[in-house]
Amino acid sequence: MAAHADTAGHPAILDEVKPAVLPRAILVANNRSFSWITEKICGIIEGKTPVWWWWCFAVACFVASFTVAGLTYLVATGVGVWGHANPVNWAWDIVNFVFWIGIGHAGTLISAILCLLRQKWRTSINRAAEAMTIFAVVCAAIFPVFHVGRIWYAWFLFPIPNSNYIWQNFRSPLEWDVFAVSTYGTVSVLFWYIGLIPDLAVLRDRFEAAGNKLRSFLYGLFAMGWRGSNRHWSNYEMAYLILAGISTPLVLSVHTIVSFDFAVSLLPGWHTTIFPPYFVAGAIFSGFGMVLTLMLPLRAVYHLEDLITQYHIDCMCKITLATGTIVGYAYAMEFFIAWYSANPYEGFTFINRAFGPYAWAYWIMISCNVITPQFFWFKKVRNCTWFVWVLSIFVNVGMWFERFVIIVTSLARDFLPSSWGYYSPSIVEIFTFFGTFGVFSVLFLLFIRFLPIMPMAELKAVTPQADVHGGHGDPASGQETH
Amino acid sequence: MAAPSYGLIATFDTAPEIYHAAAQVRDAGYKNWDVISPCPLHGLDAAMGLKRSIVPRISLAGGITGFCTGMSLIWWTGAYDYKLTVGGKPLFSPMFAFPVSYELTILFTAFATIIGMFIVNGLPRHHHPVLKYDQIKRGLDDRFFIVIEARDPRFNLANTSALLAKLGGTGIKELEA
Repeated sequence: MAAHADTAGHPAILDEVKPAVLPRAILVANNRSFSWITEKICGIIEGKTPVWWWWCFAVACFVASFTVAGLTYLVATGVGVWGHANPVNWAWDIVNFVFWIGIGHAGTLISAILCLLRQKWRTSINRAAEAMTIFAVVCAAIFPVFHVGRIWYAWFLFPIPNSNYIWQNFRSPLEWDVFAVSTYGTVSVLFWYIGLIPDLAVLRDRFEAAGNKLRSFLYGLFAMGWRGSNRHWSNYEMAYLILAGISTPLVLSVHTIVSFDFAVSLLPGWHTTIFPPYFVAGAIFSGFGMVLTLMLPLRAVYHLEDLITQYHIDCMCKITLATGTIVGYAYAMEFFIAWYSANPYEGFTFINRAFGPYAWAYWIMISCNVITPQFFWFKKVRNCTWFVWVLSIFVNVGMWFERFVIIVTSLARDFLPSSWGYYSPSIVEIFTFFGTFGVFSVLFLLFIRFLPIMPMAELKAVTPQADVHGGHGDPASGQETH
Repeated sequence: MAAPSYGLIATFDTAPEIYHAAAQVRDAGYKNWDVISPCPLHGLDAAMGLKRSIVPRISLAGGITGFCTGMSLIWWTGAYDYKLTVGGKPLFSPMFAFPVSYELTILFTAFATIIGMFIVNGLPRHHHPVLKYDQIKRGLDDRFFIVIEARDPRFNLANTSALLAKLGGTGIKELEA
């Protein structure tokens, strides 16, 4: 839309080659004004709490109570109440940990990597995706913290001086993981918070005008006295860019280090070099699955079709397709290497995955992760919102099973048939995991009720009204006026 | 208006207007002035004559501190304070110290960036003359403002006011200090 034939002051060659006019995607439909965006987003928070919200909140609290019950019973009794025993000593706890931490990764991907790549469509979904990251990290953290057994010694994970005078073993990937995950959680919160500051200032002013002193004070406290000064915006934009720049290697390193937990061991099925990229692709795949699962209902409930347009859904579907296909390639490559390495244990592990006692889990994983995303090749599918939502559920299920297959099948049958076993979860584990969906939902529902679900300032910045050249920008680039 | 005022504020309706007005205020030689806008406008920094932000330097300092913290923590705990051989591996090696140092580099950079941004911006500052302006709420919604402070050496109530009016500013008003 910004591209036009004003060639004054540009190389004559441009007339001869006739560069293709690339239309700029419309990110906010129906040419909405700045104040429409403010009203729309703030209206969600300022309006009366909808009845459906209370119902969802009640159900979410009920589901979350399962985690509370599971953990209470675990701490009161001992880790023996979980179903894992020799040879499967890592089971649902680590499966669930990797599952949740992977879900978080799409939030960082959207906010950081897409920011660096100047993918402006991220603005509609980045706030909610970052919230999703933080809540997913909360759910993920429950499992490693509790699987240490004596939870009151969990602080031994950190290098805090203690009466044993002994320090952590920094040669171990498990210790690296402590630092990776805690850094990831902290930086995700900081990134989310810095994005919230201008929007909190908007809410501060609106609640003050509405005479709600308490909420105005609380939003104002966290808005830090933001007043929209361009001298501030200049530093703010730079800080945001740097946070995006450091979050990108962070998100890649976190799941790489998570995969080291496995890859650095000698167990067939774990001891592979493909793990870091394969885990990262899987994490982004599952994260986008979860973003679609969360955003499509929100879009419908709050009528956000002008802000989350079909273009946004297309982009998310295509990333899901791309990463899902990478994951499928990784599955195939694992099989190939198992055969090519001529290592009988490695070969057995993979045959056992596909045709052994856990074959059911393996084929659920393949059908959900490799076949499901292939539907996204078709525009008709991407345009059918409810079907995209259903497919996103399959992605979530498939990625949980991926972690289950990797962790449990490798441990259940390793080198010596005399030490083989079969793992089934106990009811306590099932409760604890089931409840984390409630924990996540409670946090997410609170987020959509009390915080702006979309970054207003960033949305405004991608509208044509924010173009200081009034839509007659640099014609040389043909597509971007920025 | 007996008390000395903080400065003058003028309202602009669109991004192109504020962009051109800002460039002219810059060219008129003002130093202590500001633009209030609901979102960052691309190109406005240049129009205001702002230099590149110094936040990256603070971030770099944070990053270097984080990396050194990681390396020295692992060396001090494992190879100095309590030597413990595990698996026949060296007491210290930058190889196994790298992942933790890498994460701490990022962690410290993030804190340095955010804290640095706040310090450079002079925030938190919950009371500011600009925030007392009754229309300022629009500045975070859909309007743009230029604020020229009275302490600017070129500030002159009549002339500055005339300049803002000439640039298309409306609702020109003195701000209480």
